[in-house]
Amino acid sequence: MAMKVFTANRLSDGTVVYIGPGDTWAEVLDHALVAATAEEEAALKTRAEAAVKARLVVGAYAMPVTVENGAIRPASVRERIRAAGPSNRTDLGKQAAI
Amino acid sequence: MYRYDEFDQAAVDERVVQFRGQVERRLKGQMTEEQFKPLRLMNGLYLQLHAYMLRVAIPYGTLSAAQMRMLAHVARKYDKGYGHFTTRQNIQYNWPRLVDTPDILADLAKVQMHGIQTSGNCIRNVTSDPFAGATADEVEDPRPWCEIIRQWSTFHPEFSYLPRKFKIAVIASEQDRAAIRLHDIGIRIVKDAAGETGFEFWIGGGMGRTPIIAKKIRDFVPKAELLDYATACLRVYNALGRRDNIYKARIKILVHEMGLDKFSALVDEEFARIKGTVALPEAEIARIRAYFAPPELPVLPATSTAFEAKKFEDRAFRDFVRSNVRPHKVPGHAIVSISLKADGIAPGDATAEQMDLVADLAERHSQNEIRVTHEQNLVLPHVRLDDVHDVWQALKAASLGTANIGLVSDIICCPGLDYCDLANARSIPVAEAIQRRFADLERQHAIGGLKIKMSGCINACGHHHVGHIGILGVDKHGQELYQLQLGGSGAEDASLAKLTGAGFPPDRIVDAVETVVETYLGLRDGDDESFLACFRRVGMAPFKAALYEDR
Repeated sequence: MAMKVFTANRLSDGTVVYIGPGDTWAEVLDHALVAATAEEEAALKTRAEAAVKARLVVGAYAMPVTVENGAIRPASVRERIRAAGPSNRTDLGKQAAI
Repeated sequence: MYRYDEFDQAAVDERVVQFRGQVERRLKGQMTEEQFKPLRLMNGLYLQLHAYMLRVAIPYGTLSAAQMRMLAHVARKYDKGYGHFTTRQNIQYNWPRLVDTPDILADLAKVQMHGIQTSGNCIRNVTSDPFAGATADEVEDPRPWCEIIRQWSTFHPEFSYLPRKFKIAVIASEQDRAAIRLHDIGIRIVKDAAGETGFEFWIGGGMGRTPIIAKKIRDFVPKAELLDYATACLRVYNALGRRDNIYKARIKILVHEMGLDKFSALVDEEFARIKGTVALPEAEIARIRAYFAPPELPVLPATSTAFEAKKFEDRAFRDFVRSNVRPHKVPGHAIVSISLKADGIAPGDATAEQMDLVADLAERHSQNEIRVTHEQNLVLPHVRLDDVHDVWQALKAASLGTANIGLVSDIICCPGLDYCDLANARSIPVAEAIQRRFADLERQHAIGGLKIKMSGCINACGHHHVGHIGILGVDKHGQELYQLQLGGSGAEDASLAKLTGAGFPPDRIVDAVETVVETYLGLRDGDDESFLACFRRVGMAPFKAALYEDR
């Protein structure tokens, strides 16, 4: 099974977030929990659905990732841009803080 | 300019109060996202890749200095210091927080602005000629008619749940600066033999995944019957347009599948039945027209000595005048276009500081008026020739003086995958790479008029179907790929661009564009033959050979 991370946008401000450890939703992809098995994915899905219901996030979904030297890397260009910010403006989005 | 009466202002203020309540209920959990989404979209609030996006309507592309300052204020206070002017003469903010949007809309309402008719399956914000009221080639100012259509269409109960969105553009000159033939309804204002105003109606145009050039459905609709005829068109579409398939729901598909004759007959039948229902009284037309009375510009000599001297002395100014300055209907004045396509800036983006500067210049030099173009630039419509050099100096100091209007680096470009939830590929970095490749202004002027238009997905917000050179970003097996199209036009000689062949990866698309340009330069019949004219004369074959022969 491809490794996956659950992502969504935070309801109050639209910020891209990822399911992290405990009850947290992380703003940084590196802090996300990676599901490597169907059971782990199902557990994250349950958490995502609960967070949607609790109005923390909207539009939660699983996205395929790879893990290279401990770093989580989204499989798609779209998710790499969501995780970083607009590629033409490195001063904007999450990349701005790096 | 049009000023809200008590009814307009009350409607917009009430909408802000309603939306504030809706946001509160959403945050408290009294509404699901499914329930909330159509309500936020009715106020222009989308959810995109990184954040929410707020689209603010700029009816027929006309702004006052105060309105532009408010747009700057919103960018500064609630967003990240900039906004993005779109291909429908609107502005988008890319980073607003949901919790702030009621306050943003309340601020906008103070200057008669809002996000109404910027989303949803309603009649969208009416667009028009950015040179309206200033250009000599118009039969009259089209904006009073745009405003009449706006008042009729806003919150129109019958047309709030159409099969799909519906876009109307209005012009009043032969030269089409609003792409009316790519609209659901395109209207060109004409005069009959007796000098009476009427409307030439074009129907069923559009881009997206099925691009179609509009067909002329009527040569002359008398002015009193404008809204009756538009109602008849909308009513036939509303009744018969497909609702089972979003990709076949636009009026262009209905007209195409039904055939113009049959569609037209149904419209005529309805028109005959309802004629007089929404008749426009002369007094009301006169009332709206009065808001758009031409500014009282002084009578000046047609030639300005100061202007001519500056052109003679300063080559860069001469270049600016050549590409960005157009004649005004009043002698001694000019229409000055402000390029939002400076090197390294996403096409259509402007900072809050730039917006403030444009507002200042409009106040000092352009009768308080600013226009937004569908080609993602701004216009100061009423500048004295004597003042053009000063205006240019001020623009230049704010990185707004680029002399490239209509040239290869004046690219229309959607936000693409850098911002947009629908996109399949990035478009801004490709536009910037093309701008860098053709950065030499002398080379751009030597190439001449050339419109590159690019979209990051098939929805075609970047108008790639009507680019002289069109670029469409697609996703092929997880990789960005760029298809090249040639020979399109969104102007009065509208045509759809044709695909060259296989697409190009990101690292080859700029080379491909340059190959097309160099091929044109080798083929053109003298410096005056434009790219489009040359392409129409020689056809696709030589371009295809140049692009693919080494593969």
